[in-house]
Amino acid sequence: MDVYAKNNVRVVGNADGPALLLAHGFGCDQNLWRLVVERLSPDFRIVLFDHVGAGRSDPSAWDAERYASLNGYASDVLDIVRELDLHDVVFVGHSVAAMIGVLAVAAQPDRFAKLILLTPSPRYLDDDGYRGGFTRADIDEMLDSLESNYLGWSQAMAPVIMGMPDRPELGDELTDSFCRTDPAKALVFARTTFLSDNRSDLARVSVPTLVIECAHDTLAPREVGNYVRLHIAGSTIVTLDATGHCPHLSAPEATAEAIAAFST
Amino acid sequence: MTLHAHTNQPAASGAASSAQFVADNDVDDLYENAPCGYVSATPDGEITRVNATFAAMLGYHPRALVGMAFTELLTVGGRIHYETHFAPMLLLQGQLDGITVDLVAADGIRHPAFITANVRTDGDGQPTLLRIITQHARDRRAYERELLDSRNRAELERARAQELATTLQRSLIPPSLSPPPGLEAAAYYHAASVDEVSGDFYDLFPLTRDKWGFFLGDVCGKGADAAALTSLVRYTLRAAAVYDDDPVAVLHNLNTVLNHEYHGDDPRFCTVIFGVLTLGRGEGGVDVALASGGHPPAMLLSGDGPVRYLNTDGGQLVGVLAEPRFVCTRFHMAAGDTLALYTDGWTEARAGVERYDDHGALLEFAAEHSPTTAHALIAATRTLLDGFGADLQDDTAVLALGVPSHPDDAGETSVRRGGRGLDGQLD
Repeated sequence: MDVYAKNNVRVVGNADGPALLLAHGFGCDQNLWRLVVERLSPDFRIVLFDHVGAGRSDPSAWDAERYASLNGYASDVLDIVRELDLHDVVFVGHSVAAMIGVLAVAAQPDRFAKLILLTPSPRYLDDDGYRGGFTRADIDEMLDSLESNYLGWSQAMAPVIMGMPDRPELGDELTDSFCRTDPAKALVFARTTFLSDNRSDLARVSVPTLVIECAHDTLAPREVGNYVRLHIAGSTIVTLDATGHCPHLSAPEATAEAIAAFST
Repeated sequence: MTLHAHTNQPAASGAASSAQFVADNDVDDLYENAPCGYVSATPDGEITRVNATFAAMLGYHPRALVGMAFTELLTVGGRIHYETHFAPMLLLQGQLDGITVDLVAADGIRHPAFITANVRTDGDGQPTLLRIITQHARDRRAYERELLDSRNRAELERARAQELATTLQRSLIPPSLSPPPGLEAAAYYHAASVDEVSGDFYDLFPLTRDKWGFFLGDVCGKGADAAALTSLVRYTLRAAAVYDDDPVAVLHNLNTVLNHEYHGDDPRFCTVIFGVLTLGRGEGGVDVALASGGHPPAMLLSGDGPVRYLNTDGGQLVGVLAEPRFVCTRFHMAAGDTLALYTDGWTEARAGVERYDDHGALLEFAAEHSPTTAHALIAATRTLLDGFGADLQDDTAVLALGVPSHPDDAGETSVRRGGRGLDGQLD
């Protein structure tokens, strides 16, 4: 399958610049990178995409079994890298996509120059001697919240998400719906995201790695950021004076600067 | 916050300024005691002001809430949802509409609420303030929960119904065909709907050591009634053939059974071709006698190329009339010949306003593939029909029987099934 259509791949920025592959996390789609892309595009060739099941990825590419594991998403990343013939690319992954990047880099390190993990967490659930910040009950509550908020989805959003070329007026609504996904797919991605444990994969990373965390992030608290730094050999960490889980939106300037400084 | 109730009043007279005072008071009162909660927060979500309604709902003093993160008032699960969905939407789009959350009060009680919010920006478009409205949603949420539960139940029921239909369907056609030595048999089956049992059926079965019966047909209707009728038709045909294997007699027998079973204003009928194969004793080839009751004619693809319909014109529907006419034809199949039976799902597949066979496409298709084998014909048929996609609107069954050119090929069998719910080769 054509990866451009499958993952809604877009290439922007400076065609002669070093390549950045930006991967969005659970929740929305590549639009989340918008403010950072504005700042990076003069100097970098930027590859954006939507994970299958999110944004404007090809609905027919969805496979609940494949995408119940982060390896499914990581394979897609490798497909994109191969299809676009990217070499020495810097992978920037937000949230769960940070771990997708860890898996992709571990599988094929020769393609990647560097790895940037934006607000990463290798495991959201608490475990013996490890504090991810959440219990199984918390995650179930979140899944419930997802379901409650998708109540109106099937009727109202289905035509938009599925893409209806014969009804262009629906295109406008899409801008209002980039965080809305087919609930069945979102639930699978949510489970995959919040129930995965990738702590042991961190040691498999062999390229220079930067962790970017926020000073106040309830999803990926600082001790989790520190855990990631400690378990990826030679990695460094930058703590942004920002709140929330999406510094590329709340502190785009500082986020773009940190990405640019490490990538050049 | 400065609030002006009206700006188009002329300069104040005594009465007007008093009205202005009352109006200003009303606006302050509306803010504080509105039937919804008001929250102002920094773009990072730190609460800067709340109204009395909001503070009272959550059991806080309004000042105690100032400085708290708005997300602290959500459940942990809701907080994850907020951080991954709502915060990005607010920052990128400047507004949120009708989001469902649970707000957690000072005493730990959860209050289902709807949240609507927008963002104040400065001259550069930078967000400076979040304006959030919260509305009580306990009743609505209970109602929505019921809707969700009903939807989930409906999906479960649907899955159960599909499974039943699929199981029933499987019971109405043979799981695999077991032709005798010297004969090759293959079939294709496509159920148009996963929800309903289709009315198409076929079978191939031994009568004696040298004689085999076969049939293919289509009962009226769909669903459970059609399944019951198909079941009756199948067993009647098989039993009748054991008693008297003359094809016309078998169809008359079936007609009598259907007439007895269904009468009055609820007739049940079918179209069917029933045939008997007599294996050539040492001479190779098979003798075939087949009769049709209102069914589209079978095709014979001969081993040396030519293709023809086997004329059974004039055969009438089975189960409608007391004394119907059935038409029998007898012929010999030599090595390399292939006999094909099909239902009208194929010939009537829609191609735009026309049907597939409006201009003789079926015979052309057969001619293109002749000479062939039962397996090759079914494979080609499958490729053709799968290519129809949604145009193949009705159930479709195709049965091919062939006398192999090479005796080694004898006794082979396959059933290829298409359609949702019946995928996969079952032999």
